[in-house]
Amino acid sequence: MAGVDDVSALHLVLTGDPVLLAIVRLSLVVSLSAVFFSALIGVPVGAFIALIRYPGREATIVFLNALMGLPPVVAGLTIFLLLSRSGPLGSWGLLFTPTAMVIAQTVLVAPIIAALSRQTIEDLWVEYHDELSAMNVGAVRRIVTLIWDARFSLVTALLAGFGRAAAEVGAIIIVGGNIDGFTRTMTTAIALETSKGDLPLAIGLGIVLISIVILINALAWGVRRAAERFAG
Amino acid sequence: MNMRNLAFDLPLMLVDVRILAGAVAILDKITLKLDAGEPTVLIGPNGSGKTTLLRAAMGLIPTSSGLITWGSRAQSLPARRAIVFQRPTMLRRSTAGNVRYALAAANVLREKRGQRTAELLADVGLTGLGRRPARRLSGGEQQRLALARALARDPAILFLDEPTASLDPAATKAIEDIVRAVTARGVKVVMSTHDLGQARRIGGDVVLLHRGRLIESAPASEFFNRPRTEEARKFIAGELLV
Repeated sequence: MAGVDDVSALHLVLTGDPVLLAIVRLSLVVSLSAVFFSALIGVPVGAFIALIRYPGREATIVFLNALMGLPPVVAGLTIFLLLSRSGPLGSWGLLFTPTAMVIAQTVLVAPIIAALSRQTIEDLWVEYHDELSAMNVGAVRRIVTLIWDARFSLVTALLAGFGRAAAEVGAIIIVGGNIDGFTRTMTTAIALETSKGDLPLAIGLGIVLISIVILINALAWGVRRAAERFAG
Repeated sequence: MNMRNLAFDLPLMLVDVRILAGAVAILDKITLKLDAGEPTVLIGPNGSGKTTLLRAAMGLIPTSSGLITWGSRAQSLPARRAIVFQRPTMLRRSTAGNVRYALAAANVLREKRGQRTAELLADVGLTGLGRRPARRLSGGEQQRLALARALARDPAILFLDEPTASLDPAATKAIEDIVRAVTARGVKVVMSTHDLGQARRIGGDVVLLHRGRLIESAPASEFFNRPRTEEARKFIAGELLV
């Protein structure tokens, strides 16, 4: 039975089944958007914590690191309560939309990118401290310099964030509702189709999901190696 | 070209400067005047306080007591000073990118940076290596790039912390040639070294430090030919100062 399912799954993938493609497209849009917004938030926050000394900084770092392990269902429930009709942001009408899914995944991914960025930038700051101090480089330029010069290392943080977003199911199924053709992603579809016993589609989506994760990691690795050769 | 800067930043005066690390005095009541002219060379054994003195004179570390003044002022724009550390860190950019960054940090106009970068790389003998990643340069080339970065600030005073440590004779000569060239252009060079031969070759003035204290300061010829202190005599003779 499993062998027949595998063949059917491959057939769906190779023939570009429209249902499967729609699910893949939405998954990529949601996950990449979440990584994009998480990077916009997480990298500057990480840089700020790395470079600025303030009371409670250590507690912030511990809290941020703890958020890396935030259970997706808790994040999903929180966003659900905020966006539900009776919630404080209920008037926005975002619940059960891809936007809500992006928000939920951003909540999960931003702490990962911020925590890993902080560590990366802090390590580079130890290296650069004397030189930038001697050049009398101001705080804003320091942050920009460190983010720019650490950009290849920060790719790893973005990949970790993408991995979290692409594999996540608990949060988006709560705030997205897994609505066919509207908020159904690869992970929510796999969970649903498996529970229904439609294994070919679940396996096909699994193959695509793993392939995408490997492809994006390979691309990022290649870009990083090429760029390192150029910039050192 | 640096007369305006010299007028602002020299003489550099250290008066009774003490820098403590806990209960230990890294520098102990140092009084020293650095004026325009030939290089001043700091010598002394490891731990004598050479690096700390250079960093304090650069304004990078605060004094525990005493006073440092640049051109009679306790505050001075650090843009008028530059330092090359013993192990300079190359920014993760190309060779030219490192110089351009230093020029940008020194507020040199963007349209002038390209030409100035080429001039500075030529000054330190790195023409043709501009596109190479800075971290792939040899040790001697990295030191020269660090010098180019420092010179990008058009400094009145240039501090060099053992700039030829661990370099071979050819690379050492290249650095010494640059030191002579920038001195001829009016830049006051203050450098530390363990190499007494280098102190003889370069030094206009020699300052001997030991255990954070200034033991002797004199013109190089006088220091090497007629040392006034027992420590100086021992150090010149190659005996161990402990």
